[in-house]
Amino acid sequence: MSIDRVIAYLLRSWFILALVFIFVPIVISFIFSFSPNRYPTLPLGGFSTQWYEVILDEAPVPRAFGNSIKAGVIVALISTFIGFAAAYTDYRYRFFGKNFYLALALLPPTIPVLILGLVMLMYLSRISLVGELYSVVLAHVVYCIPFAMALIRLRLAQMNPDLESAAWNLGANSWRAMREVILPFTMPSIFAALALTMAVSFDEYMIAFFTGGVTETLPVRVLALLQGQVSPRINAIGSVVFTISMSLVILAQILLLTRRSGERSIAAGGN
Amino acid sequence: MSEALLVLDQVVKRFGEHTAVDGIDLQISKGEFLAIMGPSGCGKTTTLRMIAGLEQPSEGEIRLNGTRMNELKPWQRDTPLVWQNLALFPHLSVLKNVEFGLKMRNVGGRERRERSMNWLERMGLEQYAGRNITQLSGGERQRVAIARALVTEPEILLLDEPLSALDAHLRVRMQSEITQLQKQLGITFAYVTHNQSEAFAMASRVAIMNGGLIQQIGSPREVYRAPANYFVAEFVGSNNILSGTVTGLEGGQVTVETEWGNFSAPQPETAPKKGDTLELVVSADLVAVSDQAGGHGNELAGELISEEFVGSIITLYIDIGGGIVFRAQKQQHELDALDYSSGRKLFASWRPEHTYVLPPA
Repeated sequence: MSIDRVIAYLLRSWFILALVFIFVPIVISFIFSFSPNRYPTLPLGGFSTQWYEVILDEAPVPRAFGNSIKAGVIVALISTFIGFAAAYTDYRYRFFGKNFYLALALLPPTIPVLILGLVMLMYLSRISLVGELYSVVLAHVVYCIPFAMALIRLRLAQMNPDLESAAWNLGANSWRAMREVILPFTMPSIFAALALTMAVSFDEYMIAFFTGGVTETLPVRVLALLQGQVSPRINAIGSVVFTISMSLVILAQILLLTRRSGERSIAAGGN
Repeated sequence: MSEALLVLDQVVKRFGEHTAVDGIDLQISKGEFLAIMGPSGCGKTTTLRMIAGLEQPSEGEIRLNGTRMNELKPWQRDTPLVWQNLALFPHLSVLKNVEFGLKMRNVGGRERRERSMNWLERMGLEQYAGRNITQLSGGERQRVAIARALVTEPEILLLDEPLSALDAHLRVRMQSEITQLQKQLGITFAYVTHNQSEAFAMASRVAIMNGGLIQQIGSPREVYRAPANYFVAEFVGSNNILSGTVTGLEGGQVTVETEWGNFSAPQPETAPKKGDTLELVVSADLVAVSDQAGGHGNELAGELISEEFVGSIITLYIDIGGGIVFRAQKQQHELDALDYSSGRKLFASWRPEHTYVLPPA
């Protein structure tokens, strides 16, 4: 018993250490983004939002930020829609070559982004679709679909396979059954997929760098800034990016959880 | 004569190479409670799914009220099904589950609610209307599933082993509730089960299926006392089957010589000849047991190998040789005077008129 407890304690400490290792640099960057000094020194010389003001004044950064948000939202919508369709096809139908279809659908994230970015560039430039925001969107959709599909597939796997037939049996045609049973049941995972795919697109550098050309997303702009000089502006940008993508991921979690406890509270509350 | 409510006419269902249903004819009348019974894989559930439109017959025709149904989608028919796993919608409340069928038929909100509440009251569930399905007990969920299926007031209700997930005690209670409900409503019930006592307790007619074919249809009594073939005799009740050769035919009696002795039986309509091989069926509950010879007309002897108690009923297993274990089923009090410890030699006897000759295969 005590051995078990020691092991549990060690594992927990190890886990906390790992978290600290990951989060300390982020927290430090976050703190120094509010530093009035040019160079990171401790103790902080005071509190200042000057670096945030600087990045707002510097035209390319807000533009890149806007591009990232736009691309993120559109990518999230398209890839979640396609991901849902792919997951539903997998859930509902049996057909020849289904394993191949699944492997293909889940493939993109296993390709190194450098390769994916390069081939996307070559392909899109051949059909003259390169260098615009929609180029980034197209490439990101390809990259994000598997994430959406995987999340929605997980939820569908928890669904009693007879539920859809039961809806038909009670008079719902295919579309109605989709709307009344499948969609409500998978809704938590659809929201989660929206948030996650948006976060992935918002963070992604390599593909956006290759396909976007002069249309820069935020990560591309950040890297461009870094190449010139190490500036405290990076801390400010990093903090913004981190806050947004973390918020999206956390949002995905919260959406999943509140949906479930909502189901429970209906049960407990009577009506 | 007008046609039965539901007719299956030479219906075949193939899944690739496998034939699940191999040409069945079935007629279900209005207001009847039909049980379709058989071992797993006999095609009973496939038959039910074809009636509901969840599978399409490969051949043959299904008619409801004389109208061909084959091409109708599940949502175009009114053949609600109570599922083996209930298939209640977990994201909807009890009331919304029951309302579902009415909503799909575009019944207005107020009427929908009223009719659903009526059904919930009828099933004693009105206080659970707002609850989530996961908050109900097994028996309560069962009632929700039945209410959900019946709320549209269909002509026929299909039930696919709906009680198999319940414990024995609850199952018996739900059996009588379902039977009651069917009598009150006068709706046709088609009930699929592999459970013999369930089928016999509830149904007015029983269809026994095996290998994709209907082996026998009849009242529970007919199927029980006069099995149509070896499979039914084996599957239904606890029958003893003894095989032998005809040696005599006189006075409406047939005498059959078997490994275990000569037995007489009423002469069957199939008119066997001397030298024919026959199978005799003796229902275990019609057998008398004694430790002395000289019981009823047909008698054999063997060694008691085990006994089994179910409630007040005791089943004795008697090894009579030739690889046959003969079963006798008695009320426990009937055996009070008998010493039935294992290894004892016992005599089992039954009246010649209680011997049933199986029709030749």
